Amino acid sequence: MSKALKRALTGVALSGVLVFLAFAAAGCGGGGGGGSSAEDISGLGSSVDDIESKARDEGQVNLVIWSGYADPAWAKPFTQQTGCKVNTKDGASSDDMIDLLSSGQYDGVSASGNASVRLMARGDVAPINTDYIPNFADVQEGIKNQSYNSLDGKPYGVPHGRGPNLLMFRTDSVPENTDSWSVIWDKSGPYNGKLSIYDDSIFIADAAVYLKATQPDLKIDDPYELDDKQFSAAVDLLKKQAPQVSDYWPGDVAKQVQAFTNKDAVVGTTWPYQVNLLDAAKVPVKAVKPKEGTTGWSDTWMIYSKAQHPNCMYLWMNYIISPEAQAKVAESFGEAPVNPKACALTTDKQFCTKYHAEDESWWQDVYYWTTPTADCGDDRGEVCKTQEDWKAAWTEIRG
Amino acid sequence: MTSVAHSDPSPRPRLGRRVSAFFDRHPRIRLAALLALPVAWLLVVYIGSLANLLVASFWQTDPFTSQVVHTFTLDNFKHLWERDVYRHVAWRTIKMAALVTIADAVLAFPIAYYMARVASRRMRGVLIVAVVMPLWASYLVKAYAWRTMLAHSGALNWALGPIGLAGPGYTETGLWLVFTYLWLPFMILPVYAGLERIPSSMLEASSDLGAKALHTFFRVILPLAFPAVVAGSIFTFSLTLGDYIAPGLITSEQFMGTVIYSIRGQALPLAAAYTFVPIAVMVVYLFIARRLGAFENL
Amino acid sequence: MVESATTRILLRLGALATLVFLYAPLAVIALYAFNAQVTQGWPIQDWSTKWFRVAYEDEAVRSALWLSVKAALGATIVAMVLGMLLSLAVSRYRFFGRETVSFLVVLPIALPGIITGLSLQTTFQNVGIAFGLLTIIVGHATFCIVVVYNNALARLRRMSGSFEEASADLGADSWQTFRHVTFPELRTPLLAGALLAFALSFDEVIVTLFTSGAQQTLPIWIFANLQRPRELPVVNVVALFVLLASIVPVYLAQKLSRGAATGVPGGEK
Repeated sequence: MSKALKRALTGVALSGVLVFLAFAAAGCGGGGGGGSSAEDISGLGSSVDDIESKARDEGQVNLVIWSGYADPAWAKPFTQQTGCKVNTKDGASSDDMIDLLSSGQYDGVSASGNASVRLMARGDVAPINTDYIPNFADVQEGIKNQSYNSLDGKPYGVPHGRGPNLLMFRTDSVPENTDSWSVIWDKSGPYNGKLSIYDDSIFIADAAVYLKATQPDLKIDDPYELDDKQFSAAVDLLKKQAPQVSDYWPGDVAKQVQAFTNKDAVVGTTWPYQVNLLDAAKVPVKAVKPKEGTTGWSDTWMIYSKAQHPNCMYLWMNYIISPEAQAKVAESFGEAPVNPKACALTTDKQFCTKYHAEDESWWQDVYYWTTPTADCGDDRGEVCKTQEDWKAAWTEIRG
Repeated sequence: MTSVAHSDPSPRPRLGRRVSAFFDRHPRIRLAALLALPVAWLLVVYIGSLANLLVASFWQTDPFTSQVVHTFTLDNFKHLWERDVYRHVAWRTIKMAALVTIADAVLAFPIAYYMARVASRRMRGVLIVAVVMPLWASYLVKAYAWRTMLAHSGALNWALGPIGLAGPGYTETGLWLVFTYLWLPFMILPVYAGLERIPSSMLEASSDLGAKALHTFFRVILPLAFPAVVAGSIFTFSLTLGDYIAPGLITSEQFMGTVIYSIRGQALPLAAAYTFVPIAVMVVYLFIARRLGAFENL
Repeated sequence: MVESATTRILLRLGALATLVFLYAPLAVIALYAFNAQVTQGWPIQDWSTKWFRVAYEDEAVRSALWLSVKAALGATIVAMVLGMLLSLAVSRYRFFGRETVSFLVVLPIALPGIITGLSLQTTFQNVGIAFGLLTIIVGHATFCIVVVYNNALARLRRMSGSFEEASADLGADSWQTFRHVTFPELRTPLLAGALLAFALSFDEVIVTLFTSGAQQTLPIWIFANLQRPRELPVVNVVALFVLLASIVPVYLAQKLSRGAATGVPGGEK
């Protein structure tokens, strides 16, 4: 090595080490905000009227949302009514949403179960004071006080809606009467290279759902609580599937819509939102909840514990569960509303029936997204795979 | 040039004069004053934040909340080492970066040579503008345009169909094509500058000595232009090595950038540990490039 | 060397082929800006100019554009100051660590953007700095320094120190020398570097995604809307607009750089 190069190396190394040590010594702070309660959200008004007037001063609310949850069709009337402009950021996955929220830049999030539980544990979200959210009383009782939207008996947000992850396929490539997930697992041969799969570790649960039906000796009960044997089986199934996937879509719905439009994908897993979009574009697709059951999501609007615009956020939370907004959201996205009063306002009067809004039996085999934990929740003890394990496995599955 | 003493119109405040004179008498302090700001910025803002990230690779992650826990561990590195996938992805990325660099170098040469030695002065100006312009079209929009073009029923297949060929589609080859496209101007410009610097006398001497065109090319032009190619390659290589957006649009394969991006929030220590790989690769690359004289050709 | 006629023709064809390659996708973007449908199929069935109207009326586009301009200006100014100071130091003095410094200044642009972005984001969060225009500028300025630095350095190297010596001999102090002798020579390379830095910052998304928080620069707006199926056509319109609007500044920059060394090209970093 030339002398100059040696000096250069030493120089960079030295400065690097110095700064490195400085930071290590300083003990840089970690992530995650401290836990606080609703009473602690600074700046929140003390009555509904107070909140409304404070919101006018705030002027905006910044939301992390699932694509399609805050379209102008209902966001604009909200702004007109309250003076709060709605700024949104689409989350690619629950993990992504947690990241975004912890950056401190957003006031609220439409969290699915696998995000909400973690957010509550991390103290990133605050419990809500239902006195300030009049429409909360109208929400279906069956959705309130669930493990994914409440902690220690306190509600942590307003439910948004729930929906299943569906099997979608192009009717010109896949038989119309398809009703089983097998077309993306063991019987995916004909569709090799044309699969469209959700790009997130939570999809491991979908493999578990399929194994629950097809390999009962694995004794899978809760697809999110998998021990070693069950987990390995699911991962193997996914590894076999990976080479056949043409489109891993990470919350980027446009990507999946385009793939199906151009026939680069003909079968896969999707949200009802994409089905609506493809129908509107006259692409011949059909979506079903297969006989094995499916994963799904029940989403909750939660407020960031250090929200900069808490009043606008409260008004949004109240607005989004109002019958008018719920009707629009549910029809646009294709999910079941949580406020039964919305059913009278949907343009399709059969909407609530079609989407099983009040048919609890239909949701029996829809396993809402939730965060895997070591505690299996049954007599197996603490041997189940953790969120960290799932995350690491997903990288390996993708290859 | 008019004498400086005469061209000083405004009366200098005494303090200013004295400060200047002070700097004159102490060149070392003048040097320090010049270096202070930029070096402090680079060290604190860049190296500092980089070090901060690399420190995180020694922390643990809470298995449930995914928050960073400040307990020292080497497990992240162990994790990366024990699982083949990270090696495969790293190798795939490096291979792609190399292939893109080669493709860009080959594609850049004809037009760069034309611009440097054949084109008229005016044409040269026009061509420089023509080569730089695509850089002003958003990188994202270009990548998406390629995604549409590479689709099964997209423009590429539509154009190649009549002659019986088919585009690469959403494969690694397709991605290679996209990367080659995106970074091409970054290779053309330094190569053009490098070729322009070759004195004509060299080329004339070569042909005087009886060398045919190809011979001159390989023996004279290429070696002289090589540092410029290496300079351009720093960009094509580095941009490909860390890209996390284009691969997701075109293929379903993982690359180092996409892996780091996907685990950055919920497994920051692991992502930080993995960044050691592209950093090490680029540092080595830069050292070699500097050796080959590329830094003078940036 | 007098290239043979065949060589010249081949070169001309090669150059033409490369240009076609460079511009074909841009033509596709331009075509899609007039696509009536929301989904990007091929060939385009219906044509329309309605998206231009939508883009024009879109408030988010305007604020994103404005934010990008502000950020690029800020980053360019910082890069100009720091790059100029650094080039003066490196070209006119010998000092311990000179090699290191010239290596250091290239690092931000040579190391992949995801590393820079992730480092900055993590550090800003740890230290507690709010994301916004300031953090965007900090991120951009850091890799823009080298662009200005290289241009200025090339000119300073070509310009021997004898002018400055002569100035000092004639009684000028260092500030006067700088102001009347050195700086005038630096104006062109600094300006060329500044234009390059502006271009770099304006289209930057890889690092900006990490440093912008909830703010949207134009590339961030594009990124968000490319993922929304209903917004795709508007994005194409915006991209086309930026492309056409940049013809003039690029042309001017090229005229300025003529004579000065071709600086480091701009782009996504």
